[in-house]
Amino acid sequence: MAERYTQKGVPGPNAPENTLTIPHLRAAIASGAASAGDVVGQCFRSIRERDGEIHAFLSLCEERAREQAARIDGMAAAGDALPPLAGVPVGIKDVLMVAGLPATAGSRVLEGYVAPYTATAVRRLEEAGAVTLGKLNCDEFAMGSSNENSAYGPTRNPHAPDHVPGGSSGGSAAAVAAGMAVASLGTDTGGSIRQPASFCGVVGLLPTYGRVSRYGLIAFASSLDRIGPLTNSVRDAATVLGVMAGEDPLDATSSAQPVPDYCGLLEREEGVNGLRIGVPAEYFGEGLDPEVRAAAERALDGLREAGAEIKSLALPHTRFAVPAYYLIATAEASANLARFDGVRYGYRAPHAASLSGMYRETRDGGFGAEVKRRILLGTYALSAGYYDAFYKKAQQVRRLLAEDFLRVFGAEVDAIVTPVAPTPAFKLGEKTEDPLAMYLADIYTVTASLAGICGLSVPVGCSAAGLPIGVQVLGTHFDEETVFRVGEAIERG
Amino acid sequence: MQPTPSPLGHQGSATRKEGEDGLVNFAMATASVLPPEILFKYEPVIGLEVHVQLLTRTKAFCGCANQFGAAPNTLICPVCLGLPGALPVLNARAVEFATTAAMAINAQIRETSVFSRKNYFYPDLPKGYQISQFDKPLAEHGWLDVDTPERGRQRIGITRLHMEEDAGKSLHDGVHDSATSTSVDLNRCGTPLIEIVSEPDIRTPDEAYEYLTKLKEILLYTGVSDCNMEEGSLRCDANVSVRPRGQAQFGTKAEVKNVNSFRYIRAALVYEIERQVELLEAGERVVQETRLWNAAEGRTFSMRSKEQAHDYRYFPEPDLPALVVGEEQQARLRAGLPELPEARRARMVAEYGIAAQDAHTLTATRAFADQFETAAKAARSPRRVANLVLGELTSRLKLANLELAQSPVTMAGIAQAADLAEAGELSSKQLKQLFDTAFANKEDFGPVYAREKPQQISDSSEIERMIDEVLRANPKQVEQYRGGKKAVAAFFVGQVMRSSKGQANPALLNALVAKRLESE
Ligand SMILES: [Zn+2]
Repeated sequence: MAERYTQKGVPGPNAPENTLTIPHLRAAIASGAASAGDVVGQCFRSIRERDGEIHAFLSLCEERAREQAARIDGMAAAGDALPPLAGVPVGIKDVLMVAGLPATAGSRVLEGYVAPYTATAVRRLEEAGAVTLGKLNCDEFAMGSSNENSAYGPTRNPHAPDHVPGGSSGGSAAAVAAGMAVASLGTDTGGSIRQPASFCGVVGLLPTYGRVSRYGLIAFASSLDRIGPLTNSVRDAATVLGVMAGEDPLDATSSAQPVPDYCGLLEREEGVNGLRIGVPAEYFGEGLDPEVRAAAERALDGLREAGAEIKSLALPHTRFAVPAYYLIATAEASANLARFDGVRYGYRAPHAASLSGMYRETRDGGFGAEVKRRILLGTYALSAGYYDAFYKKAQQVRRLLAEDFLRVFGAEVDAIVTPVAPTPAFKLGEKTEDPLAMYLADIYTVTASLAGICGLSVPVGCSAAGLPIGVQVLGTHFDEETVFRVGEAIERG
Repeated sequence: MQPTPSPLGHQGSATRKEGEDGLVNFAMATASVLPPEILFKYEPVIGLEVHVQLLTRTKAFCGCANQFGAAPNTLICPVCLGLPGALPVLNARAVEFATTAAMAINAQIRETSVFSRKNYFYPDLPKGYQISQFDKPLAEHGWLDVDTPERGRQRIGITRLHMEEDAGKSLHDGVHDSATSTSVDLNRCGTPLIEIVSEPDIRTPDEAYEYLTKLKEILLYTGVSDCNMEEGSLRCDANVSVRPRGQAQFGTKAEVKNVNSFRYIRAALVYEIERQVELLEAGERVVQETRLWNAAEGRTFSMRSKEQAHDYRYFPEPDLPALVVGEEQQARLRAGLPELPEARRARMVAEYGIAAQDAHTLTATRAFADQFETAAKAARSPRRVANLVLGELTSRLKLANLELAQSPVTMAGIAQAADLAEAGELSSKQLKQLFDTAFANKEDFGPVYAREKPQQISDSSEIERMIDEVLRANPKQVEQYRGGKKAVAAFFVGQVMRSSKGQANPALLNALVAKRLESE
């Protein structure tokens, strides 16, 4: 099994160099060439060497990780069958609960909060043998595109430390890109896995809404939030998804749709020959950086050469996506973040004179500027007299956007390829003064978020300045398989 | 002359039967100085919002026990505590109960209803929002027919029934440091509730009381709630306004909250109506506001307006898919609906030939009615069972302060006693003695009867001898009989029964007396 993985699952020229993938690792541990303990030790050495500068991790759990690794090594020594993620060192975005570990969501309001239970996605990873290294930095409550909104300081891009890693799963992307973890979990509400994956040169998957349980994910916008892997290869993303996907009795929005054997299917499929790939004109218009455009076109050329049919198509409601996204996401956030009130846990403002004073001071002192901006925006969108004009209208746009996609998937195309972000990674501080510009940069990613479909960010090379560039593959609901097929073809170059 | 009907539904001190509960005192405590003719110028308009806790084993959205009275903050989990990352999952049983209740109040079930978030900050609301239903509730357009003292039978519309979760409880008193801090008990958080909102169809406090009584009776029958007001499993808020009689437009309403018994609701409405009439008579305006009932003072108080300026910012709950109660499930639940009290009473009157008032008493609870019907079906004369239950059983239960379920005499015992009495094998005096013994010994009727089977005289010659004796001793009555006053036979039967110390077989005695008198 591991042998076959090493043959077909090896990343091609478009994949990041000098990376360790899950099949390599698993084979090494199974054959005794390496121990899980060694691998975990190597990760912590990398973290000590590099993370002072990168700041991907907010907390580490080395002792716990070594115990997990020792269990895997015990199994390997006993000749037991190894689970699919045996000894795979992972980092977990700090919006996900791991019992006994801190869970700050990058916010002051949860400073010192220790999770009393474990998120379903993390539990499934650990039950499959993954070793948790620690919790990863992110924009506060996953609100941001640069990781500069973390209350604990920004993460830096491992490829260019004066540049942002993207966000909000910037720590998750940087940790994998810097070789400090083999895989990580991020969350994506409007692009928060795909965009940092693109900026850091790793693979990032947005699973279909409902594919992965959200139980244990600190909610930003419940109808948009998704948990997905960031990895060094498409095959690794498929492996991690296969482990954590599936219905969860603790999440009423998780889907009962059966989970296919993604890796098995990738083994059998013959590339992208005969697949119809759509290219929506709306994603290649004004504001797109020429190098990003060129990278996407390179990827499309590769797909054409591999036998795919490239078709242009129209997704006419794309231009309404960013405003609709920011209304729906902030409306839901305004309610989701109401629980951080200082009453039961987390930060409570000292010396408040009254109940309303305690609420006001706790939330004023506990939340950062971007979070407060979004709570205000969302509260406004839901307020009496504005609901119809904002929230309701945004929901209508959301339906139209989803219809755009559903009309073309199946009938016209099997997958869609677009840029991930208009530009490669930008410099720290470059956009912090202009929140609107930051929002507008989400244009290519929020559409899939609103439509609930799946998407993948795959590296396609670097800019002249050496900054990674990714391309986005979109597929219809629960068709991660096709997205992986296209992603692997792009990866092979 | 008919007394002028009071707009409050009170006619002086005349309280209704259910009102033997201190209402008179309330009426007096809150009686205004307004003369009845002033009050009668105005018509009250009342709508009620009733919150009912459902009797599910677990809470609405998590697996915690749904139970009253546990130590504070012991029935909690990440979901009902609103911990970061926790998600609600709807309790299917709660949906069944809510749907059943909706059907019982004649409401139309919405096949696809939607949960919404109702946003507000309060320490006993851990998520900062309550999961409720807003523009697409589970059921709408229901009604109850209520018998009202002044207006006869009235159909009170029910606007909607929706599902929601309960909040926790703020404990302001009796806890450590209560002077400087408030403690919160979150056990109640996530308890499944239904809210039943009536149309503003109610016109008097008595009608409100009747509506609530009927609603509670129905809910108890369906078994979806224990409707225990003291434990808060049934709570009621009232919207009340007054308008000049004949005016179509509603007056400005006040919402009265914090009322924890039906009689307080009636008292609060009486008070509130008079308060509003007084304002209008004085040329002032009623302010739209929430008012809290203070039972100790017998009046309502305005909540500070700051606390009621709420914009709840409802929006669809993204953590829960739309709730679908499909045709098949509706049919199954409808089939499982119990016979409701009113229909049951009508059937019992027809089937057993019992009086309407007796049927009312016998259907006070579903368990009581079930028990009665078991005995009625087992016995030869259902009417005699009814008489025994109402005459012999209930009074003794009341005296011994026992619930029906705790009664030493079972319904099987009642049926046996009824059959014995019907066959004339027991006199009513003997029956009473046996019941007394059963209650004294906490035994069922059967064993008491077996042991103390009264010596019954069934020897015809002996009874004939006693009849002759009685006739001899009462020549005047014999003369009356001969004069055509046949009813005097009952007198002879009674006298013989007395001289036999109640042991003469009543059936035989009756027959022999009749025979003997014929020969006169
Ligand atoms: Zn709970």
